[in-house]
Amino acid sequence: MERHLDQELADLKKELIMMGSLVETAIFESIEALKQLDRERADKVISDDKIIDELENTIDEKCLELLALQQPMAVDLRFITMEMKISTDLERMADLAVDIAQRVLELADKPLLKPLIDIPKLAIIAQEMTKGAIESFFNLDVALAGKLILRDKEADALRNLVQQELLDDYISKNKKTIPRAIPLLLIARHLERICDHATNICEDVIYMIQAKVVKHHPEKLQEI
Amino acid sequence: MEETIKVLNLNAYFGNVQALKDINISIKEKMVTAIIGPSGCGKSTFIRCINRLHEVVPNTKVSGEVLLDGKDIYSADVDPIEIRRKIGMVFQRPNPFPVLSIYDNVAAGLKLNGIKRKDNLDEIVESSLRMSALWDEVKDKLDASGVSLSGGQQQRLCIARALAVKPEVILFDEPCASLDPISTAKIEELILELKNDYAIIIVTHNMQQAARVSDFTAFFLMGELIEFDNTQDIFTKPKDKKTEAYITGRFG
Amino acid sequence: MAGFREGKRRDKRMSIYKRRKIINKLMCTVALLCAILTLVPLISIFGYVLSKGITSVSLGFFTHLPKPVGEPGGGMGNAIVGTLILIGLSCLWAIPLGILGGVYLSEFGNNKLGLTVRFTADVLNGIPSIVIGIFAYTMFVLPMKSFSAISGAFALGIIMLPTVMRTTEEMLRMVPRNLREGALALGISQFRMIVSIVLKTALPGIMTGILLAIARIAGETAPLLFTAFGNRFWNQSLQQPIAALPLQIFAYAISPFDDWHRQAWAGALVLIAIVFLMSFISRFVIRLRYKFPTSR
Repeated sequence: MERHLDQELADLKKELIMMGSLVETAIFESIEALKQLDRERADKVISDDKIIDELENTIDEKCLELLALQQPMAVDLRFITMEMKISTDLERMADLAVDIAQRVLELADKPLLKPLIDIPKLAIIAQEMTKGAIESFFNLDVALAGKLILRDKEADALRNLVQQELLDDYISKNKKTIPRAIPLLLIARHLERICDHATNICEDVIYMIQAKVVKHHPEKLQEI
Repeated sequence: MEETIKVLNLNAYFGNVQALKDINISIKEKMVTAIIGPSGCGKSTFIRCINRLHEVVPNTKVSGEVLLDGKDIYSADVDPIEIRRKIGMVFQRPNPFPVLSIYDNVAAGLKLNGIKRKDNLDEIVESSLRMSALWDEVKDKLDASGVSLSGGQQQRLCIARALAVKPEVILFDEPCASLDPISTAKIEELILELKNDYAIIIVTHNMQQAARVSDFTAFFLMGELIEFDNTQDIFTKPKDKKTEAYITGRFG
Repeated sequence: MAGFREGKRRDKRMSIYKRRKIINKLMCTVALLCAILTLVPLISIFGYVLSKGITSVSLGFFTHLPKPVGEPGGGMGNAIVGTLILIGLSCLWAIPLGILGGVYLSEFGNNKLGLTVRFTADVLNGIPSIVIGIFAYTMFVLPMKSFSAISGAFALGIIMLPTVMRTTEEMLRMVPRNLREGALALGISQFRMIVSIVLKTALPGIMTGILLAIARIAGETAPLLFTAFGNRFWNQSLQQPIAALPLQIFAYAISPFDDWHRQAWAGALVLIAIVFLMSFISRFVIRLRYKFPTSR
């Protein structure tokens, strides 16, 4: 039986996908801005964030309305509550892209401290995890979500590498490098946080589909 | 937790039509078990088999066992009237006896069974009315007719009447179906209170009610028990596809 | 052009509407007239009897015995009391039997026996009262070798029986199943449930049926002709003939004496008054009992 609720749920799904692609773009643009030290690109990332914030509000409101008016159960209930959480994670990821853009603005008038090697690698992981998380939501792909969760370790490792290198080779050796080193360190942190949020999204997707809680319980991943 | 009622391979018939197929289920004491399912799925038939009311309708048959505290209520040496005293029932439409006063309605299960000591009755009537949250509203008009109350009050009167005979189990057959939302809320609160002392089974069409009030939920479809689990799981992650389709409103 | 056609259609609709209104009003008036018409026989009978009999009704009428043939005066005291005794005796046996029979039919009678009993009762209801009188004559008067109040009560009881039984059954059936189940669910036995709940609930209706049956037998003459037979004196034993109002009225009406005719009218008036009284009481009883709205 086709229900009115089905249409609403389909619309909600579309909105979340759209938000996801905007977030993907924001992350991509912020890294490109870093690579080119492009102020204009960075500014655009910052100003476009407003749209993403609005989308989060819209999605949250719509979810709340459906909860109150339709009393959804089971899979519908899980879908709506996870949608609310995923939109929050996406919005944070967009904020992190804005943070990266702001770091770029801080770096834009100086030459780069060192050629970027690891940060772009970290950025690629962040972008792939973001894209993958949204895809797993769209396709209800539990296997993909599970794989992506495991990649988070890579991101953590790369961030630690960047942090170590910047601290040992630059900051501790020459205080004058600090204004150019700290932003890079922070960018690595921001990218790693983006991966954490993408991991959250994947855990929410698994709960939505299978009603299994793998959040904070990595051992449960074997069971999905 | 104690199993107050254990149903084994219960089958019930109306003439040649089989209304219940091989039902196996346990009802725990001090818990509320909800029975949900679309119209005609056998929910009412099921609880009527529990208090042996099903057999009162002519041309019906029951097979299987229903164990109350370990003893089969359908065995030949068991008096159905005794069973119905131990397993009380509240019906969909409030049915207080119009020819009896409020007092006599509550005392009906006792008076009409020969218990006549006045002081005993007074005490039992008052405590039953208190338990069903009706005492304050009727204490000054115990002689008024049983039908002089509003719908919600009448239903609480019926609950008091059922409580007066000190049952072990109380069956509710869609008790709020004919009541307004406020009366419904009062009765739901009452059920949550009562479960501290009784095993309760509630048949309901209203899934949100089942979700609010019960600890366990059983889903019936076409005379079969499809799924039985704790309420939280049934409504957030049901195991059977049919259960999910029903509770999300895709049919029924 | 379109406006003109529209106008014609509107006119046609108006005339159909007007016609319907007129027919409606006409039929309502006809129905009203018919209803009023039914009052005419009742009012004329009562009015006529009242006018003819009221002058002869006095205290003496209720207390005195009939005077010997030819002598003026006297009353119908024994006939009035006799009618009351006959009614009482008939009720004594026909009411319990009828009620219990009705209980069986309603609670257990969805079977062949029930069908048979119902059919029999309906047929019995239609048997001419004089035939019932002959039956009572054969059953009681012949073996007892005497007319008696007992045989009269037997005949009247047979007339009452189907009405009481069927009314009881109907009234019991009207008690909602809900109430029965509610009683059973409390662990009350079926017998108790029927007596203390169902029967009690249906009582007003059953009493109405009984009162109407009594009103009927109060005026039955034919079956009493050769059972109670009539008596010019106060009845001393139930095994003896007994006077009754209808019998007395009959005897006086066909006599050649004017005084007796006068008394016959008075007797008819008293008889009608008794029947009216029964009907009023039964109405009053229902309204009293149904002050409490029944649960739907």
